[in-house]
Amino acid sequence: MTNTPEKLDPNQKMDIEHILEGLEHYHPRRKGWTWREIPQEGVEMGPFHYHDMSKPLKNSIGLPASKYFDHIDPQPSCVVTTEIASGRFEDDIRRMRMAAWHGADHLMVIRTTGQSHIDGLMEGTPEGVGGVPITRKQIRASRKACDQIEEEVGRPINFHSYVSGVAGPEVAVLFAEEGINGAHQDPQYNVLYRNVNMYRSFVDAAEAKKVMNGARIFQIDGAHNANATAKAGWLVMPELMVQHGINCSFSVAVGMDKDLIGLSTVPPNAPPAPKLWYDLPYAVALRDFFSDFKMRAQQNTRYIEADIEEAIRTHTIDTLISMLTSADIQSTITPDEGRNVPWHYNNIRGVQTVKQTWAALDGIKDLVALKTNGPMKEMVRDLKVRAVAFLEEVIETGGYFAAVEKGFFVDSAKYPERNGDGIARDGKGGVAADTIVERDADYFAPVCDHFGYNNVPAELQRPCDAIQGCTLCKPEKIVYIDELDPEDNCEKRLQETYPYRKGGKIKPEAEWAGDGTILTQFFVPLPEDYARVYGVEMAKKLGLIDPEVINIQVMHPAEGCFVEVKGKVNFELNLTDLKIPAKEIMLEEETLRQVVKKVGLTVVAGTVGEDEHSVGLREILDIKHGGIEKYGVKYHYLGTSVPVSKLVDAAIETGAQAILISTIISHNDVHRSQMKKLADLCVERGVRDRLILIAGGTQVNAEMAAETGLDATFGRGTKGIHVVNAMVKNLQKRGLA
Amino acid sequence: MAEDRIKRFTERQKELNKLSDEELKNQFWQLCDRLVEPIVELARTHTSPSIERSVLLRMGIDSITAHGVVDRVLEAGLLGKGAGHVVLKVAEKQGVNIPTAAALINEKKEILSELF
Repeated sequence: MTNTPEKLDPNQKMDIEHILEGLEHYHPRRKGWTWREIPQEGVEMGPFHYHDMSKPLKNSIGLPASKYFDHIDPQPSCVVTTEIASGRFEDDIRRMRMAAWHGADHLMVIRTTGQSHIDGLMEGTPEGVGGVPITRKQIRASRKACDQIEEEVGRPINFHSYVSGVAGPEVAVLFAEEGINGAHQDPQYNVLYRNVNMYRSFVDAAEAKKVMNGARIFQIDGAHNANATAKAGWLVMPELMVQHGINCSFSVAVGMDKDLIGLSTVPPNAPPAPKLWYDLPYAVALRDFFSDFKMRAQQNTRYIEADIEEAIRTHTIDTLISMLTSADIQSTITPDEGRNVPWHYNNIRGVQTVKQTWAALDGIKDLVALKTNGPMKEMVRDLKVRAVAFLEEVIETGGYFAAVEKGFFVDSAKYPERNGDGIARDGKGGVAADTIVERDADYFAPVCDHFGYNNVPAELQRPCDAIQGCTLCKPEKIVYIDELDPEDNCEKRLQETYPYRKGGKIKPEAEWAGDGTILTQFFVPLPEDYARVYGVEMAKKLGLIDPEVINIQVMHPAEGCFVEVKGKVNFELNLTDLKIPAKEIMLEEETLRQVVKKVGLTVVAGTVGEDEHSVGLREILDIKHGGIEKYGVKYHYLGTSVPVSKLVDAAIETGAQAILISTIISHNDVHRSQMKKLADLCVERGVRDRLILIAGGTQVNAEMAAETGLDATFGRGTKGIHVVNAMVKNLQKRGLA
Repeated sequence: MAEDRIKRFTERQKELNKLSDEELKNQFWQLCDRLVEPIVELARTHTSPSIERSVLLRMGIDSITAHGVVDRVLEAGLLGKGAGHVVLKVAEKQGVNIPTAAALINEKKEILSELF
């Protein structure tokens, strides 16, 4: 047992094999859910004061634009969820680390398809479909990795999975023993979407909830599935409130603390529908009725198509709704969910959507308020009345089970209307029908966190005193099973992916290590039917294996389409074949300014040869473009097609310390000859020692300096600061600064 | 039927609209609590194979053995006593520890006869 996780090096990949070592002795170092730390006084970052942010991370990666703001990375006050579903937990772990660096602290691991119908626990690490088999080994390894990741980023990570299906109580015990921090638990989900027998589902749920409560596992319900399932998700809102209400009341009645109970709520609508008109009153009504409970705001999945940008735009509005109302947890959906199994870099995009929206709208509630009269008031009230009327009808019908048998739930019409497409279940039917058994008068369960009737002998203080402690009191009693299948396990898979993780072989990846999956995007001037076929043919010619068109957007019926094709590359590269140019270490901006000021750095500049291109050089010079002027450098710009000799003359005359030339035309190597000419001329005039000579241009690269006798040469993407950096370093080297 | 339901709703709506926001909220929660009451009672007085396996796990029995034990206990008609209770009895009777008792139940189901 270890309480201090091993320290990760941000420059090293996680060592998966090492994580798997000693798992049989690993126990979680804490249990229960953790909220973010939110400083009451707000958060100061860079030049800004934030009103609704949590404590920043120790290590993280900010939004792309953060480079303009001292790399600040403000962290929303809500917990941020990402859903991990690779099918291989050893790849999930790396994905978790990446997501945590971008601000996720609620990592929700999706189960493999069909696990909810498995009557018992799974063990080992078999490969999953659309998720991983949730097992003790998988949880231990993942939780151990999360311990290390949370130390690295500096914020606790909530690890989450699902307590549903016909093995709910066992899964709950497993989660309690292994330190899972959050879980879905909603007996209605089993009944409606998994066709588990309704009596069994509720009887099991009571036990599962009691166990979860004991380990302080945060519970999320399953009501959001109604909007993902109903044909018109925006019409089932009164029913959603009823479903949330049933799970909340049931949870409280079986002993769950209210602060551990969360509603899984999704803004049900999406553009082109007038989303806000439906979703905002609903969000308000829900938060009014459920003020004692937590809100886990999910992003809309019902109307996600293959287009990633469309999904992100909808999710931005979903996050806006959270901010206008409230969200204790903001969940994200990978924007590619509508077209493939989520790819790991799309986990990051989902998290970024929340981070970007939250930062942009920080403090929104101090600036705008929702109207409490007019249509908002009417719509909120109408939803509440319909929800209460729904409940009244359920009770009049004979209670919950009777209502389910009559198809009250997930009907796509707005209550009280009915489309007759609700999900009806038979109390005598479903998976595990007729499996509950009445407890006898002498029923006894000698363990903690057990729900319901228990004939504990009077002399015992705790029920588990009968066995000298249960696993919840004595973790050393937990029995760890490693693997059951000698072939289908992570050790075998790790051997196969070894070359791509540790062996110096490189392939791109999207789902699994070494899968070779890439995405190509392009426009083709063809109608849709042709574009689809063309996409596959083109990818084949590129050498991609298993090409598949995963998105097409018609730009015009005849003019053409935007096409996205995924496929796998059929080759690998060796790490040793990649020649990485040495990285220039930049001086601090403040140092640059000081030196420039001290020496009164002045340059002469011009485009040389018969070359009229001036844009590049102007960008290097002008303050407007962040050029050298910004750092205090004075310049004399001599124009275009300037003879080299004129530049040297001007430098001598003005006492400039440097000459900057720009040369775009590379025909007949004219750029090289101009650069050499500048160096030679300065030597000839006896001024080479006191002048710094720099050249730039689109066909120029850093290696040309040595070859042409200049001090520094720059290619594409160069900014003024790079040039200032080179000049200052050169001055320092010459002892002139 | 459908028309009756709509008519009934309109009546309910009329009544509910007389309530204040706070009263409506209270009504919602009272109804929810009332609705789950019989279900909670069902859960309180019943058990299931999964609940019993979860008890055995907590007693330090591995998942595979626990599965077998609950099947045996169910076959013997003893699930209503509690599978943990059964294992405890076997342990006491045979003078062995809990995991051994569980293994014994899987090996010979006769061990479950005349326990209670």
